[in-house]
Amino acid sequence: MSDEVLKTTPLAAAHVEAGARMVPFAGYSMPVQYKDGVLKEHLWTREHAGLFDVSHMGQARLRGVSPLSAFEEITPGDFIGLKPGKQRYSVLLNKKGGVIDDLMAARPDDDGLFVVVNGACKDNDFKVIDNELAGQVTIERLENRALLAIQGPEAAAVIGRHLPAALRMVFMDSRAMPGFGTNILISRSGYTGEDGYEISVPNHQAQAIWNLLLEDERVRPIGLGARDSLRLEAGLPLYGHDVDETVSPIEADLAFAVSVKRRDARDFPGASRIAKELAEGPSRKRVGLKVLEGAPAREGAEIADGSGAVVGVVTSGGFSPSLGYPIAMGFVPPALAALGTQLKVIVRGKPQAAEVVAMPFVPTRYVRKI
Amino acid sequence: MRFTKDHEWVALDGDVATIGITAYAAEQLGDVVFVETPEIGKTVKAGDGLAVVESVKAASDVYAPISGEVVEANTELGDAPETVNAVPESGGWFAKLKIADKGQYDALMDRDAYETYLGTL
Repeated sequence: MSDEVLKTTPLAAAHVEAGARMVPFAGYSMPVQYKDGVLKEHLWTREHAGLFDVSHMGQARLRGVSPLSAFEEITPGDFIGLKPGKQRYSVLLNKKGGVIDDLMAARPDDDGLFVVVNGACKDNDFKVIDNELAGQVTIERLENRALLAIQGPEAAAVIGRHLPAALRMVFMDSRAMPGFGTNILISRSGYTGEDGYEISVPNHQAQAIWNLLLEDERVRPIGLGARDSLRLEAGLPLYGHDVDETVSPIEADLAFAVSVKRRDARDFPGASRIAKELAEGPSRKRVGLKVLEGAPAREGAEIADGSGAVVGVVTSGGFSPSLGYPIAMGFVPPALAALGTQLKVIVRGKPQAAEVVAMPFVPTRYVRKI
Repeated sequence: MRFTKDHEWVALDGDVATIGITAYAAEQLGDVVFVETPEIGKTVKAGDGLAVVESVKAASDVYAPISGEVVEANTELGDAPETVNAVPESGGWFAKLKIADKGQYDALMDRDAYETYLGTL
């Protein structure tokens, strides 16, 4: 990684100007934090509005005769039933029912399916889609577009000043519309647990729109450090850490991404494993942990039961700025996954008390109705 | 006060060395949310882990710049880890070591040398 030439987003200069500390992430030079630091940036997003550059993520259009039904061949979601103007969270599955990546797929207009995948996975994802759906869809990677996320309780008021139509959208709505002097793709969604929007804009307009949004005193730039602690509090898995190709959506507590209708049809990759796990329960399950004493338990920390036997591992964890104590997520056998189960997390050789708690750790504030 | 390339500081009173991290290190770490201080009576060699300081994002080891036996730990940091950011080179100290070899202290950088070193980073 260190020898690799890092790519930059169209906002690289703006980040440096704002005092960002830039780090390599997913092959890009990205802001991990600005002058305020992770803790204050996190709390600002929970109280006001945080602006994130997520242009490293992979944006693409999938087009074809019937791109929605084609997309069902590689995901367990109901995409045939995806209405115009709506977005859905889903997972790209391998033949064994493991997750190749998680993604958002939307119909902002009539131009096929608009997908957004993780930056670190995007080259492989689009190769997989191209291979699996050869002849059915064509992929246009939108490398000419940046992606901004604005998140927090004041995000809608900020966006509404520039784009009143955005206020008529609810959680997981997606639209193509004129805005900010250009053509944008906008969804009311994000990955922090807060209300907010993700806005796809042409690269050459990105900096002007970024600066315009930052002129509002309710908005501050937020780095990837706080993005990670925000998504952790929201109970949202991070691909490559909490989910990977060995993990099924059922194990990852993402059963909602497996369409009820398609559970019966079993017409997606790895359907037999997933159906079995739905019927009999998976052998491990992603749970939320409240660390009751001691240091934050981070990725890789072992989880033990009351007798001290190792039963699982933390896949992401850290200090929760909103709650003021450490939280984590990790995998344990279903018998130890019930809320209230008392476990231990092993940090630097020391067992510390932890309890299985519900996720999200911090209540989400998605706007589902207006 | 003397300094290490890992951004620890040492202040010596008689044969007791007080150890903390520098303002530069505290700034780099960001807001400190947890500090693990050593047990009293533990003996450490120069270069051994002495304490762990954690920000929201990561855990970082604090190494003993000098060999000795832990005679005191700043347990107040348990309830007030933010002290490390507020006053890193005084109230934010981690531990006091009873040292045997003052030569190790003398071999560390003085403030001028440390500041010259920071200029190279």
